[in-house]
Amino acid sequence: MTLKLQALTERPETLASGHGLCPGCSESVVVRMVLMALANPAVVSLATGCLEVSSTRFPDTAWKVPVIHSAFENAASTASGIEAAYKALVRKGRMAERPLTFVVFAGDGATYDIGLQWLSGALERRHRFVYVCLNNEGYMNTGIQRSGATLKGTWTTTTPAGAATAGKVDWNKDVTAIVAAHGIPYVAQAAVHHWKDLMTKVRKAEAAAGPSFINVFAPCNRGWRHEPEDTMNVSRLAVESGAWPLYEVIDGAWHMTGSGRKTRPVADYMRAQGRFKHLMTEANAGLLAEIQARIDSEWVRLQKRCASGV
Amino acid sequence: MTSRIAEWKRISAGGLVSNPGSSERVQTGAWRTRRPVIDFSQCTHCMICWVMCPDTSMQVYKDRLTGVDLAHCKGCGICASECPKHCIQMVPEDRRV
Repeated sequence: MTLKLQALTERPETLASGHGLCPGCSESVVVRMVLMALANPAVVSLATGCLEVSSTRFPDTAWKVPVIHSAFENAASTASGIEAAYKALVRKGRMAERPLTFVVFAGDGATYDIGLQWLSGALERRHRFVYVCLNNEGYMNTGIQRSGATLKGTWTTTTPAGAATAGKVDWNKDVTAIVAAHGIPYVAQAAVHHWKDLMTKVRKAEAAAGPSFINVFAPCNRGWRHEPEDTMNVSRLAVESGAWPLYEVIDGAWHMTGSGRKTRPVADYMRAQGRFKHLMTEANAGLLAEIQARIDSEWVRLQKRCASGV
Repeated sequence: MTSRIAEWKRISAGGLVSNPGSSERVQTGAWRTRRPVIDFSQCTHCMICWVMCPDTSMQVYKDRLTGVDLAHCKGCGICASECPKHCIQMVPEDRRV
């Protein structure tokens, strides 16, 4: 099935307008792209986060697909329960078997930090669902605090840039690789600006015989301090600078997707955002060089993984 | 509705919300300070603006872009920034189009 936007416009809309996400937010764009790429009807499990509180303001809902509210940590467990209940009801003859896709939308806080153990358990049990991490590198809903996905050197409200520290002190962790280490059939990194790449990955994830995970780069203009209209530009710069490489892991084999090239220094990506403003000063030139060196070495490691196929 | 019970007190069992897409009654267009204006003489109906819109506000009828849902468009400007033909302009709301 080829992906043509004109053809996709004929599909019923899955997320209505009127939700409370900030102007220029990328999360609703990712949700629409994911749900319009699916072949089957979706059942969604939401973790606590911006998306959940903004799209389900009682007594209204922006969703046009079934959605279950979860706590911060247990969106993967909820999806496991839905999938297990569906299989049990079909087995007992109380529900007709039908093609359904179980989808989880969770932020990076819910994925990298609070829900990591629960996600790991669900992956171990091999529940069949598509887990989409909306990665905006921080707890934006509660006021821009750092998360496990926040890059070293980033300004957040809990890692301020000043005389004592220049933003976050620790490196972010590579949760995509941690998830891939579970040996599930499909793992990928995607970015919101590259709709075709993202939707292709969603279709592969849906077709996978087991759990699948897509880590989607989703800029937050409030937390990252850039203009709302630059959301897609910032996402593009992250991919072009190698700060967010696009790749997929199919049955343990690593592949680059998109252009597969790194064409910019990371400073180009950082200059577009206020949260890295302090890294553009002479005093922090060493830290900027350290971040560039880390991105370069991670890029080489990824290339080696893709070249060897494992 | 003229019920004497406040709406927030009429909560369904399990907090179930059974009116999909009802958020459309919230007119988020009031947030906007600038509106997108499309030059249809340049538009190729590629639907990039439609797929990139965070507020599901690009109106499409039979493969054709027909306009913007100004009751819900928050005026973020992603459509104008991403349009390959650069045929969407963001115009301040206090200026007449």
